Amino acid sequence: MAAYEKLVKQYDRQVFRIANHIVQNREDAEDVVQDAFLKAYEKLDQFQGNSKFYTWLVRIAVNESLMRLRKRRTGRMVSIDEDVETEEGSMPRDLADWSPDPEALYGQSEIADILRKTIQGLPPGFRVVFVLRDVEGLSTEETAETLGLSIPAVKSRLLRARLQLRERLSRYFKRGQKQAQDGVK
Amino acid sequence: MTCTEFLAQLDDMLDQDAALPLRADLQEHLENCEHCEITLSTTRKTIEIYRSHELYELPDELRDRLHQAILSKCRKC
Repeated sequence: MAAYEKLVKQYDRQVFRIANHIVQNREDAEDVVQDAFLKAYEKLDQFQGNSKFYTWLVRIAVNESLMRLRKRRTGRMVSIDEDVETEEGSMPRDLADWSPDPEALYGQSEIADILRKTIQGLPPGFRVVFVLRDVEGLSTEETAETLGLSIPAVKSRLLRARLQLRERLSRYFKRGQKQAQDGVK
Repeated sequence: MTCTEFLAQLDDMLDQDAALPLRADLQEHLENCEHCEITLSTTRKTIEIYRSHELYELPDELRDRLHQAILSKCRKC
């Protein structure tokens, strides 16, 4: 039990973050953390050493999160394929460059709100790939294994997620944006 | 190289996975295309800004509560 407690302490923040990104609700995320660690404990004997414990745990947490999301949407099926278009990335429309230091335009809590709001607008199938790959730092192979997707599918979703986020953030961070907003007030 | 071809390789540029000959072609395109240069730099900033901000912090009090709940359930297994 002491060894497992060590694993909980090592990975709880990551699982909480991933769950929040998917379920977008703090209470559900707390439940996901508990259920994921409990399930992982119950299935420890099924854990195969051919993948890292962390990616195995994340896979459980992602599945638990999607189940929570489904429950909240009154039984409607939610999968990581939802709302995911299969076409390749389209050409970005917003050509404006960003301010040299976009973070300086906003306060810390304001910027966190912008980042949360922006990523929440992505379909779950894009959001989870971006979070695992770019926020949590999993490799493309680990992300594919964790989500049960092919490597080309991960790459395609990652590209579209990155471009969509970039385009949405441009509304806030493009050169001269804050001054323009302030001028309207 | 067209902008569409460049965009298809954007992730390889960002992740530095592009093979050397392709990388040279991508660099050449970048030097002559402001649109793709901006797309690359702002996409890079997008990733950096998400990586550097903790959007869902786990406060110590909640963390302790979760630990206790998890370990208590595990002990009952």
